[in-house]
Amino acid sequence: MSSNALKKLLAEPPKVVNVGLRGFADDLVARGVETVHVDWSPPAGGDPELADLIAKLDT
Amino acid sequence: MDIITQANDVAVRRMLTGDPALVDVVPAIEAIDGLKDRMILHAGPPVAWNDMCGPMRGAVTGIAVFEGWAENLADAEEQADTGAFEFHPNHHFDAVGPMTGMTSMSQPVMVVENRAFGNRAFCTINEGLGKVMRFGGNDLEVLDRLRWLRGSFGPAFGRALRHIGGLALKDLIARGLTMGDEMHQRNVACSSLTLRALAPAFAATSDDNDALSRALAFIGGNDQFFLNIAMAMGKSIMDPVRDIEGSSVVTAMSRNGTEFGIRVSGTGDQWFTAPVEMPEGLYFPGFTSDDANPDMGDSTIVETIGLGGFAMAASPAVAGFVGAGTATEAAATTHAMAEIVHTENPEWTIPSLDYRGVPTGIDVRYVVETGLAPTINTGIAHKDPGVGQVGAGVVRAPLACFEQAVRALAVRLGIA
Repeated sequence: MSSNALKKLLAEPPKVVNVGLRGFADDLVARGVETVHVDWSPPAGGDPELADLIAKLDT
Repeated sequence: MDIITQANDVAVRRMLTGDPALVDVVPAIEAIDGLKDRMILHAGPPVAWNDMCGPMRGAVTGIAVFEGWAENLADAEEQADTGAFEFHPNHHFDAVGPMTGMTSMSQPVMVVENRAFGNRAFCTINEGLGKVMRFGGNDLEVLDRLRWLRGSFGPAFGRALRHIGGLALKDLIARGLTMGDEMHQRNVACSSLTLRALAPAFAATSDDNDALSRALAFIGGNDQFFLNIAMAMGKSIMDPVRDIEGSSVVTAMSRNGTEFGIRVSGTGDQWFTAPVEMPEGLYFPGFTSDDANPDMGDSTIVETIGLGGFAMAASPAVAGFVGAGTATEAAATTHAMAEIVHTENPEWTIPSLDYRGVPTGIDVRYVVETGLAPTINTGIAHKDPGVGQVGAGVVRAPLACFEQAVRALAVRLGIA
């Protein structure tokens, strides 16, 4: 990132992409921050054995 | 895996090429192979008398009196305690039933034939609102209505259907979706379209004006009349999808008030069960969540074919009725369900989603991977026998059912 771009980023209000827990996005929106929330959770609820099984069934 | 993709292609092709028609109404004993005296079919996966919830027990005692197997409700309960009745899931007999799902020998059942595959599926006639057996009602008013359905309405309904050579359902559903139905908790449009199609045939085959008037008023006065037709249709569409080697598509979702169960094409007729969840929704005046029974009924066959909660976007009115939020949230529900299915149905489309098709072919892999459990629109029964419906709401299928199915499918395919 060029120094100009960095200065611009720090000078302007933040624009946030929040991934995962919606609560973080809700807090930012409540403070007037421009926020996009991405609904995401770890595959298979974070269960590694089940996620591995799903990966094998998907490929 | 290629084998799963190919198997699922076959599965959804069978779903989409299904051609269901409501063709007849006949006594259950004539329609259902294997049904016999003192046998009671119920909603959901298998459940023993001692494990049945309040409304299910209330319906069992009521149906025993209705069939003449018991003198009164207390006698019926005593007989059930001694094992006098045989219990089986509707799903094991090509049938489905709403809420408690009672099906017994002398009840009239609607016959839906899938003309593309030649199989038939059965469901009893919707009793209407208020105190009814599907919600565990079992008093004289409930039993008298069932007697009228058996002695008068059912035979007249059958004559009307035979007179017009059956009622094709695929196009009717397509129209209903454009008129605000999702075919689980809202059936106003499809019930009205059915009445419009059948009223002339009821008249043409009746020689009793009073009976005719009562029959037409019964259909016209019941917004949920079509629900049971949609359910038999769903069963007739999904049965040809069973037993496709390698397929991860769900062929049935069902609840008995105690457990939720699913079946998956590639694992045959095995049930994967987990404790059923409590619906969240709105309650009729005078009732609260303290009165509610856990989720119940075979009506989730409607979601299994992409309607009900999966088609929530088509029915903003129902989103309000079941406490599921705004029209925007209804659309979000349908979009979320699109993430856990194999494809969309090009013939059943939703105007407000730019005619996107309803999500079709629930894939257990996607459910487990995303953690998005199928959303179900449902009625809520009172937890005590004999009271009836107390509200309507939304419930999620338990993820544990889908996790079990994924593991079983992996074993079948030799990768676990």
